[in-house]
Amino acid sequence: MTAVATKSTAHSIVEASPRTKAFAGGFVILYAVITILPLLWIVATAFKSQSDAIAYPPKVIFEPTLEGYVNLFTVRTRQTPEFIAKLPPPETWYDKLVRKRDMVIAGPSKVVPRFVNSLIIGFGSTFLAVFLGTLAAYAFSRFRIPLADDLLFFILSTRMMPPVAVAIPIYLMYRQLNLTDTRLGMILLYTAVNVSLAVWLLKGFIDEIPREYEEAALVDGYTRLQALRKVVLPQAVTGIAATAIFCLIFSWNEYAFAVLLTSGEAQTMPPFIPFIIGEGGQDWPAVAAATTLFVVPIVMFTVLLRKHLLRGITFGAVRK
Amino acid sequence: MAQIRIENLRKSFDQFTAVEGSTFTIDDGTFFAMLGPSGCGKTTTLRMIAGLELPTEGKILLDGEDVTFHRAAARDIAFVFQLFALYPHMNVGENIGFPLKCQGMGRREIRERVQETARMLRIEHLLSSKTSKLSGGDRQRVALGRAMVRRPKAFLMDEPLGALDAEFRHLMCGELRDLHDRIKATTVYVTHDQLEAMSMADQIAVMNKGRVEQIGTPQEVYDRPASMFVADFIGSPPMNFLRFEGGLRSGDRAVSFHDTRLAVPEIREDRASAPLALGVRPEHIRFADAGAVRGEVFGAEYLGTTQIVTVDTAYGRVAARLSSSASVQIGETIGLEFNAERLALFDIGSGRAIRTASAEGARHG
Repeated sequence: MTAVATKSTAHSIVEASPRTKAFAGGFVILYAVITILPLLWIVATAFKSQSDAIAYPPKVIFEPTLEGYVNLFTVRTRQTPEFIAKLPPPETWYDKLVRKRDMVIAGPSKVVPRFVNSLIIGFGSTFLAVFLGTLAAYAFSRFRIPLADDLLFFILSTRMMPPVAVAIPIYLMYRQLNLTDTRLGMILLYTAVNVSLAVWLLKGFIDEIPREYEEAALVDGYTRLQALRKVVLPQAVTGIAATAIFCLIFSWNEYAFAVLLTSGEAQTMPPFIPFIIGEGGQDWPAVAAATTLFVVPIVMFTVLLRKHLLRGITFGAVRK
Repeated sequence: MAQIRIENLRKSFDQFTAVEGSTFTIDDGTFFAMLGPSGCGKTTTLRMIAGLELPTEGKILLDGEDVTFHRAAARDIAFVFQLFALYPHMNVGENIGFPLKCQGMGRREIRERVQETARMLRIEHLLSSKTSKLSGGDRQRVALGRAMVRRPKAFLMDEPLGALDAEFRHLMCGELRDLHDRIKATTVYVTHDQLEAMSMADQIAVMNKGRVEQIGTPQEVYDRPASMFVADFIGSPPMNFLRFEGGLRSGDRAVSFHDTRLAVPEIREDRASAPLALGVRPEHIRFADAGAVRGEVFGAEYLGTTQIVTVDTAYGRVAARLSSSASVQIGETIGLEFNAERLALFDIGSGRAIRTASAEGARHG
């Protein structure tokens, strides 16, 4: 009896036992490896040569080269060694790199305009969705709107099927409206998909901000819009940041609509990356380089907004 | 400073009527309390005065000017919220100065006015602190400062002490009244706590189900309640009601209460026989062997200087406030004697007080 009693007091409810800690630590490490490894593999592949990239068994140790990145950003033509020998000496390091493979640079590739498209469409639609979502969520949260519950349900219902289910009608509609392969078309489409998510997420956040803040500001001399901008928004920053990240991740990664609706002018990175073709098929190092660059903005955006994701800004000002 | 006049003010949300046609005037410089249980429409009335809700019908006049549909900001009134509503992203000084910033006042002047206000509230040392670090009482002082700094026509306060603990509430009651005596601003104070209303207000409006039941000084409301609701809501324990049936004749000084006659203040109206209630405050009951109403002691609650003794009578349970030195045995049969001067009569059907020599002048809402 006594032995059992000592044992139970020795077990702290605050401090985990070493075994539990070891297990938890092991689990976290395993999870990290599983999620980070593919990303590392992509980053590494971008620095491999074409032959190293497709080598079997896969090469973990290799001689790094920037060929993948050079190939990603350029269009090259193959020439005879005699022709290359006759050329004046290469002016830049990447000229040199390309000539080693008996090729010369013919011009820039389309990766930069595609990347710019992704940035404009991704951030543009995120901004629009969050902007419209904030206004709608504020209205739903604060005003007595007839049929508010039904309207909110309608808004949510647009998310009840995968957006691609309506791809064909949207394609036909866009063709009629001349919106296919335009940045505006893609921004509108992604905004439409994201806005329902934004309204619901933001309504939750705004509901939590006590009305008294705006009412105090209204009495003190602000108009409704000023109160929204200067009192409500600073406190909804957490929710807005979280919503913006979700919206951006969707529009940044979206593939199906991008393939269907864009081919040239407005093409985004997701449909562009898989079709980076080198000599004799897929140029894997270039694909990996493009993927690496593609991941960077979203990581940066998330890291930048991370501190706003922490709750606690409104904590303590109001007694609940 | 201003006089506030409310005329036939009504507010309904869909089918629910929150405020029904009340009319009253709050004189310049008055500390006016609106008292009532939750859901009685007191906060809605206050919000309409502030301009945070628009009335369905009726008028609100500030110093004779019709402001019924003016924007909140255009009314020049200040509002203190129960939850203080201090902006969490600003420090104390910025919070107090915010209304002046809204008005576009210069930075120097804002600083001076904030300093002055803080001095008045004795929170100068807190000006650069974060609001989240403050105690409840200090938060309330900051909220008051934010209201005062603009020198508005009137202060509207919605249960400003409701979020404080009992000890602090008592302290702040004193401070609020003291502040009001110094700045003499018209104040409308909403509360469900009768002690707050009684201890601070010049005038109390007792509200029930969207109606103002009675408006009067704390003494009037307590001594001459205009209705059973007021009599029951105010006072702790509330007024005792002893039901009986009978007719009334103007000029009579006694009523037939079941099989006895009970002396009451002179009746000033005639009434056919109807269910009535005799209202008696616990402190107007004495124990006397000769008492007309007899009952058995049910329990006693010791409160220091006094004790509340509950007695089961044939007409219901009655609470009496006696000196704590009186010794009372539970189960003992005793007689109750009422202070005839202070008795009230009510018509049970309408809940209204019967006009008598003592209840004369109790204003109905």
